[in-house]
Amino acid sequence: MKVISVFRAPKKLNRSFTVSFILFVFLAVFGAFMGLPLVFAINNAFKPLDELFIFPPRIFVNNPTMDNFYDLIALMGNSWVPLSRYIGNTLLITIAGTAGHILLASAAAYPLAKYRFLGSKVLFSIVVLSLMFSGHVTAIPNYMVMSWLGWINTHASIIVPSLAFPLGLFLMKQFMEQIPDALLEAAKIDGASEYRIYWTIVMPNVKPAWLTLMILQFPMLWGTDGGSFIYSENLKTLHYALGQITQGGIARAGVGAAVALILMVVPITLFIISQSSVIQTMATSGMKE
Amino acid sequence: MQAETTTRGAVSDLAYPPRKPSRLAQIARELGKNKHYYILMSPYMIIFFLFTVIPVVFSLGLSFFYFNMLEFPRFVGWENYARLFLNDDVFMIALKNTFMFAVITGPISYFACFLFAWIINELSPKVRAVMTLIFYAPSISGNVFFIWLIVFSGDSYGYLNGILIKYGFMLEPIQWLTNEQYILTIVIIVQLWLSLGTSFLAFIAGLQTIDKSLIEAGTVDGIKNRWQELWFITLPSMRPQLMFGAVLQITGAFAVADISIALAGFPSVNYAAHTVVTHLMDFGTIRFEMGYASAIATVLFGLMIGTNMLTQKLLRKIGE
Repeated sequence: MKVISVFRAPKKLNRSFTVSFILFVFLAVFGAFMGLPLVFAINNAFKPLDELFIFPPRIFVNNPTMDNFYDLIALMGNSWVPLSRYIGNTLLITIAGTAGHILLASAAAYPLAKYRFLGSKVLFSIVVLSLMFSGHVTAIPNYMVMSWLGWINTHASIIVPSLAFPLGLFLMKQFMEQIPDALLEAAKIDGASEYRIYWTIVMPNVKPAWLTLMILQFPMLWGTDGGSFIYSENLKTLHYALGQITQGGIARAGVGAAVALILMVVPITLFIISQSSVIQTMATSGMKE
Repeated sequence: MQAETTTRGAVSDLAYPPRKPSRLAQIARELGKNKHYYILMSPYMIIFFLFTVIPVVFSLGLSFFYFNMLEFPRFVGWENYARLFLNDDVFMIALKNTFMFAVITGPISYFACFLFAWIINELSPKVRAVMTLIFYAPSISGNVFFIWLIVFSGDSYGYLNGILIKYGFMLEPIQWLTNEQYILTIVIIVQLWLSLGTSFLAFIAGLQTIDKSLIEAGTVDGIKNRWQELWFITLPSMRPQLMFGAVLQITGAFAVADISIALAGFPSVNYAAHTVVTHLMDFGTIRFEMGYASAIATVLFGLMIGTNMLTQKLLRKIGE
């Protein structure tokens, strides 16, 4: 009977106990497939070295230890480029890229959502069209544009293109359409300029959409390895450092697991905090014909 | 970019008031009236055009040239495309693999997104939040797919080998990631693991906002079971989300590269996990045959846009 209580009070069309039970098992099996690798990753970070290389391998840690994190801190101090530098680079890229994206995308979304003017429809169609292909298509000209701007080997080469990702503008625009026109008109009668309306009325009303853009943008930048644009060691990111550490072999396996945990925990925590806002925004995400 | 030039047009319009209401003057006045909107949009649009729109056009043009970043580009007509389809065996492997990935991961991930969203939506709010987190977490935990490297590790310390050996299914560890037989399947499994992303959230949100009175009205109109409810009420009501999700899943399914490189290496053994994107990287970032790489990019662009357009057309028919 426990199974049934998990499901909501039956609506008009009820399911039989058997169907509910099958769905429950189905969800549990796939939930385990989705969740177990994350559980591995968390446990690995707390395993002492001998447990990381035990046969047969175990998922759960027996004698949890913080050694991997202490080793990580020690490694921070005495490597050629201190690990804190990688963390700083990643933080800079992620925060600048995410905040800038939210700001620029919402500034562009407001006129597109609320007004019709010359070119508004065409511009929005181009944005929708660009959802239909991935960044790989433009990789080669992008490299040329970067070198023409002199941005190769700077953080700008990662931050600036990320400011104009089309998905953020799309979601922001769809969400802003819900803001009642009366609200904007009242402000206009009071003599507020468009910029003032954008900043003091529209922006505070789309907070759920900020969080959504953050949750889409943040993990992407947080996990960037710098790609082909950055080659100076002191500009590289934490993800790149993880690759270097794990190539250090068995001795570094524990530290690698600790770094991986740090890389993983931050975006997941952000999602836990923002989940309900994200779902609220996604409700308006649909494409109209 | 467009916005910048238009605002300049607006200023000159104010300086010289139009004598006759010509078409151009009318446009200029329209632009002047809305200049605040163009200014608001300009920072985003300048970057968007510079890094997305212009590069697509540029790449299309460059695909008709021979260009190696050193010499001046030389026009070669359709030669790059002819070489790509007639003379490049590796590209054919890449194309075949890409289709394999797209045909398998695209539809499966799409249906999985919907199915799990549908089941999760029936749960009580607290359980629902937890399940959403479990299913969505892999797609945002970035590089945690490295854990699959340990699962499929070729020695007996790999989880899969360890378990199979322990329970006596085999005696010797299998080199999962360097065996042509398994690579493609493994990349597909990991790709599916990562694919419950934005569309999944969009579906959950879509299901939550379905008008309850529609369902009640449906019962009156003779809807008998959950399947009819799904087909006649649920799916049509969330068609916008379904179309949005389809775009994201299709684009993702054709863009498989990072996972393939992380798991199978670059290039993979006998190109077993080579895709159009990794082929593009090979020529664009290693061999510096930019014209040829642009031809590959253009083919990829056509594949993605074409499939997306077709799917959008099909999805409009749901519930009709």
